[in-house]
Amino acid sequence: MRHHLVLRVIAKLLIPFILVFALYVQFHGDYGPGGGFQAGVIFAAGFILYGLIFGLDQVRKVVPPAVVEVLVAAGVLLYAGVGVASLLLGGNYLDYGVLRHDPVHGQHLGILLIEFGVGTTVAAVMITIFYNFAGRGREGR
Amino acid sequence: MHLRNLFAVVMLSGIYSLLSAGIFVQLDAVDVAFTEAAVGAGITTILMLGTLALTTDTERPPVKRQWLPLAVVLTTGAALIYGTLDLPLLGDPSAPANLHVAPRYIEQSGQEIGVPNIVTSVLASYRGYDTLGEVTVIFTAGIGVMMLLGANRRRKRKKDQP
Repeated sequence: MRHHLVLRVIAKLLIPFILVFALYVQFHGDYGPGGGFQAGVIFAAGFILYGLIFGLDQVRKVVPPAVVEVLVAAGVLLYAGVGVASLLLGGNYLDYGVLRHDPVHGQHLGILLIEFGVGTTVAAVMITIFYNFAGRGREGR
Repeated sequence: MHLRNLFAVVMLSGIYSLLSAGIFVQLDAVDVAFTEAAVGAGITTILMLGTLALTTDTERPPVKRQWLPLAVVLTTGAALIYGTLDLPLLGDPSAPANLHVAPRYIEQSGQEIGVPNIVTSVLASYRGYDTLGEVTVIFTAGIGVMMLLGANRRRKRKKDQP
């Protein structure tokens, strides 16, 4: 892909918008369509596009596999951690109402946090799967 | 339609996913359409292409024609279509699915959760357990791929180090 000038230029133009759109879908999911799952996939798609055009080694420099592996677990931990936090604050597991004094504000905070956890895990898992699929061929042969 | 070229099959399944996303938009299920377009048409196609690059992009012709799988598929399809005859009409307000908890979500979620997108409040709050389960499934899938495909890389690196 090194000589595909059009692809390289277009990808460079598009990737920032893909990432910003993913963040919009992530944090605007309460109001419009979308949420953590879709945002995570779109965010990962930005990096996968970068990897497809500029090569696996380049994208591995941008997002090191070790960091992605930590993020895979961090998202689930954040989600489950919000549940434990609401337990400790005297509510039921994943009952966000107790996170703040006003239950509705607590629900807002809880949904924001768990959606962020979902987005983190989904993006990291997608990038990990891409790394493993794309990295397999050349090292295996 | 008979295709042995798996590249074309992957492209067709991507197009199929995109068309189903269009159907979901028509059914006012924008969140589902979003997921279908991003996962079904986007990431899945990339992963299938990655698999083709690892294996081969032409299906080997079978030794003899197998009629049993065709019969199983046709029977299952006929049973499923027969099952749809009993289903309530789309958007029927008296359908069981619209009478159980849906009215409560629609009427109360504004005061209880305060999030305009009811889909988000159902997914993240009312059904928080299910979503935690889904995230765990994705987590497990990622770990599985790492263990199955990444093991080779790790072992090699360890061999190189000493």
